[in-house]
Amino acid sequence: MSDEDGSAGAVPTDREYAKWLDALGDGDGFALVCPDGHGSLPPRRVCPECGSADLSRKSLDGTGTVETYSVVHVPSPRFADDAPYATAVVDLGPTRLTGVFRDEDGSDPDPAVGERVTVDVGERRTDGERLVVFRPANGE
Amino acid sequence: MTDVRVAGVGLTRFGEHPDRSGRDLFGEAALRAFEDAGVDRADVEELNYGNFMGALAEHQGHQAPLVAEAAGVRCPATRYESACASAGVAVREAVRTVAAGDADVVLAGGMERMTNLPTDEVTEGLAIAADDLFEVRAGVTFPGAYALMANAYFEAYGGSREDLAHVAAKNHANALPNEYAQYREEISVDEAMDAPPVAEPLHLYDACPITDGASALVFVSEEYAADHDLDASVAVTGTGQGTDRMALGDRERLTRTPAADDAADAAYADAGVEARDVDVAEVHDCFTIAEVLALESLGLFEPGEGISAARKGITTADGDLPVNLSGGLKAKGHPVGATGGSQIAELTRLLRGDHPNSEHVSDAEVGVAHNAGGTVASAVVHVLEVVE
Repeated sequence: MSDEDGSAGAVPTDREYAKWLDALGDGDGFALVCPDGHGSLPPRRVCPECGSADLSRKSLDGTGTVETYSVVHVPSPRFADDAPYATAVVDLGPTRLTGVFRDEDGSDPDPAVGERVTVDVGERRTDGERLVVFRPANGE
Repeated sequence: MTDVRVAGVGLTRFGEHPDRSGRDLFGEAALRAFEDAGVDRADVEELNYGNFMGALAEHQGHQAPLVAEAAGVRCPATRYESACASAGVAVREAVRTVAAGDADVVLAGGMERMTNLPTDEVTEGLAIAADDLFEVRAGVTFPGAYALMANAYFEAYGGSREDLAHVAAKNHANALPNEYAQYREEISVDEAMDAPPVAEPLHLYDACPITDGASALVFVSEEYAADHDLDASVAVTGTGQGTDRMALGDRERLTRTPAADDAADAAYADAGVEARDVDVAEVHDCFTIAEVLALESLGLFEPGEGISAARKGITTADGDLPVNLSGGLKAKGHPVGATGGSQIAELTRLLRGDHPNSEHVSDAEVGVAHNAGGTVASAVVHVLEVVE
């Protein structure tokens, strides 16, 4: 764990997560990997799979494959103006990542399992908070 | 190690109790449990109490001393939180405490109050059982998470929304005679299919309702039961718990629930039984797909086979292996912090023969209860047996 700087009521934050999201948005996304090749995402001090403290950054190539998805019709208040939207779990190689699937024009089409997508950081429509966004990887 | 007997069970009606506090709900369940047990409350040595979102729903943290007062017991009291498995872990620690000889009488159970919040705040409240950084911020709701698992399951093994609708129809039918159930009305497969979507492929009738309610159980040692001439024919013979990675995306597979596999393996080993010995089950069907995943983790069906169990009539009341004769979370209701205790209460009544659905399992000797937290990052399994 990194420093605990979240608290009830406020939107909790974590500096390692925030830096990781910055990097993802800049096209420099990465996963943490241990010598055995287990991937994870920050904040980590040890590999959650094997406990190794020898973690290094492995660059993500910015694309992945949809493993599963759901079109959400009943949102939480934080996504009130986003619904209906598509949430997807995407395999990025060293790790999976969960995010919202959007088309190039910002609409929320039905993704498909096995579909290739690019990874980016976008904004929640309801309040502008940053979130992980997947888009169809055209031409692949 | 002593046998851990279920001396008494107590439940409130599950449903909407808009003008009753959590302490009052648990107080009612505890009162009924003591009446059922015939145990002097002065003999209670510990209280283990499950609650998930009391801080949000009632602006009330530190609930254990409060519900100890409501139950009229004076002993060490602790609140357990493990999302929707909160009462499951509370029960498990009660069972371990009695089995270890550390106490002869333990009161356990749980309470949740939810209907006083608007639906969107309940959705938000339940979502905190998921990984905030990597799931909730990515738009994952509680139904949405199970929808992700359902789609992954369909992709891997096949199955359809109609298979899930059969689970819903079955559990609603089972709830009809249960006086504690929130929904005592039948639904058809077609009605379930035609209901509005919540998080596709899950629609309204794939989801459990929002529920207020409480459960309480009096566990005693075999020696205490004998010394006090208690009528306690059912024992908890096995307990097991498992933990998985919090976020779905971090799991080995999206189509299985290994925490429940681990909990089941441990509980069966503890009891000295195998999956094939199980006669009746109460499983955590917060969503219809969750029942399917539970059946497979419990080893009652092979991977990919659980999806068709209700449609084929294997798990219906008249089937070979009735599942969720209480109505399940789906129709009986799901006050999340009370559910794990409610399952033990229902299973005990089914095995004792005083449940309105006991006729369907009149020869049953072994029952299993499966309680899950979050998207099964936490799981608790208990084996109950008729021992007298």
